[in-house]
Amino acid sequence: MNGTIPGVPRLRAAAAGNLRLGALIVLLVALTLGMAQLEPLFRALFPDLGNPLYRRDSFLNLMLAHIGLVLVSSLISVVVGVAAGLFVTRPAGREFEPMVSSLAAIGQTFPPAAVLAIAVPLAGFGFAPTIIALTLYGLLPVIQNTIAGLGTVPATTLEAARGNGMSASQILMRVELPLAMQVIIAGVRISVIINIGTATIGSTVGAKSLGTPLIAGLVGNNLAYVIQGALLVGLLAIVTDLLFERLERHYAFGD
Amino acid sequence: MALAMHDGSRRMVGNRVLLTLLIAAVAGAALLPFANLSPNRLVSGQPVMLWQALSAWQLGGLTLIGLALLLAALSQPLGGRASSRLALIATLPLLALDFYALGDYAHRALVDASPAARVSQGATFWILLFVCALIAIDALQRLRLGLARRALYGLAALAIVIACFAGELLAPLSIMREFANQRDNFLDQLVRHLLLVAGALVPALVVGLPLGLLARRRERLRNGLFSVLNVFQTLPSIAVFGLLIAPLAALGKALPWLGDLGIGGIGAAPAIIALVLYSLLPIVRNTYSGLAGVPGATLEAARGMGMTPRQILWRVEIPLALPVILSGLRIVTVQAIGLTVVAALIGAGGFGAFIFQGLGQYAIDLVLLGAVPTIVLAVVADFALRLLVALSRPADAR
Repeated sequence: MNGTIPGVPRLRAAAAGNLRLGALIVLLVALTLGMAQLEPLFRALFPDLGNPLYRRDSFLNLMLAHIGLVLVSSLISVVVGVAAGLFVTRPAGREFEPMVSSLAAIGQTFPPAAVLAIAVPLAGFGFAPTIIALTLYGLLPVIQNTIAGLGTVPATTLEAARGNGMSASQILMRVELPLAMQVIIAGVRISVIINIGTATIGSTVGAKSLGTPLIAGLVGNNLAYVIQGALLVGLLAIVTDLLFERLERHYAFGD
Repeated sequence: MALAMHDGSRRMVGNRVLLTLLIAAVAGAALLPFANLSPNRLVSGQPVMLWQALSAWQLGGLTLIGLALLLAALSQPLGGRASSRLALIATLPLLALDFYALGDYAHRALVDASPAARVSQGATFWILLFVCALIAIDALQRLRLGLARRALYGLAALAIVIACFAGELLAPLSIMREFANQRDNFLDQLVRHLLLVAGALVPALVVGLPLGLLARRRERLRNGLFSVLNVFQTLPSIAVFGLLIAPLAALGKALPWLGDLGIGGIGAAPAIIALVLYSLLPIVRNTYSGLAGVPGATLEAARGMGMTPRQILWRVEIPLALPVILSGLRIVTVQAIGLTVVAALIGAGGFGAFIFQGLGQYAIDLVLLGAVPTIVLAVVADFALRLLVALSRPADAR
């Protein structure tokens, strides 16, 4: 894609990218562990607030709970989503492909916040509805991109692999999945980024996350809480996105 | 394809998708309640299974529809197209029966119950509705009907749903009583929701379309522009809403005339600003790739005909890029409808207000009164804009 850029500036750009990612990770860790040290700053910014620092839980706990929610749901989504994508692209499941594809497309028009709200009557309040909503929603981009990624493998390549005497499972593991990996990871990236956002709203249905101080601040009119939660969750999303960008590039072919 | 058809004629099951859906529906109906009966709106009630809720003739009708669908799933005695036609037609009575049975059960159950008692729909009601939609999608894909016949089927299904909601049939349901309590408020929030979406899309288009053109004309700007706009897409919406409150509140305080215009820390202003920021990337990216997709030879030919750059833009590039640009509009419209739900948390109103108010009061029906219309709104907008995209393509490419 960037074929016009000669080698040296490209390396320099990569080094700058590394530096930026490193700085953001340091900032994320430092803010998670050291938000309490910033209390004087928040006191100065919001002199009217009696308590300008969220103390009902440590930010480390909230961060770990948030990452836990996203990790658990994304793992389930990836396993189920890739399996479903594989099933409908094999001869045995090909009949289901149009149905699964349109389901994934229609499902993604559902607003994530509405899906979260609908999970409440099914699973009650707390951790469970959030995990259900995140998992269901996260499935769709993974399925869609698995089908799309496997679809990009040229028929001639498959023909050649068969001609070389490879078995169906060898073709899958050594040819199809490696070639489709970049697109599959792009799907996982979309799913994880959406889930980081939806997990934030999960605190309205009683799941602990970085949204807890944010929502508490909105409800209690405490802007300092809002900023503390929003900064951390925003940084988490940006760092995660940059890490996935890197992973995607790692699996790119012919670039 | 020929191989699959040959294979299908020998198999006993002609349509495994339909059979799977049928098995899922039967399993769901056997295990999950069709309705819930509760003493008041805040406690969760006792489950009522399908066979307890339906009258004898309704159960008989449901069994008949099930048998017709089973017949459609087998490869004999009907052929492929006849089977799909039967399945498609069978979804209409199934849809009607699902709604009718629920409303009818609610009427019967509430005759001698206390006025506070509530009947609400259970998981099996949703499963039947969902299975109905999936069977229709599957049959429509197999039949490859023309636009007119698909529209006819869509209208028939829509007429059934409207007929169910128009009369008193569903009135005793808990969610409809919630709606009756909130009728004026519901319309207000609907209008508010739509105004927020429109208020975000118009500025996003005004800024995004020229930016997309700029990215096409100055390729060197492209990567920087895209990665800046991508950051907004990455950030969780509630974080952006939250981070905009403090600066806007300060601005409203510093410049009182802005505050008089309604620009302050909470409400519509931060919501619309955030929605615009979210909408920019898809619009700019699709405008760029739509313009980039115009073949060089076409541009060459236009120049050769003596067209000015302005004429080429308006008469060649934009018409050819239109389907891709409209796809971008579809993405941001659906996205904005969803994000506006979250904007209710910063006091911007819209359907999200019902959702979060309901979550706060543990009133599930109020939650659904916000969530279900939002989903319907998003799906309808998606469908309408997909239609527009299809119509914007040249006739021979549709």
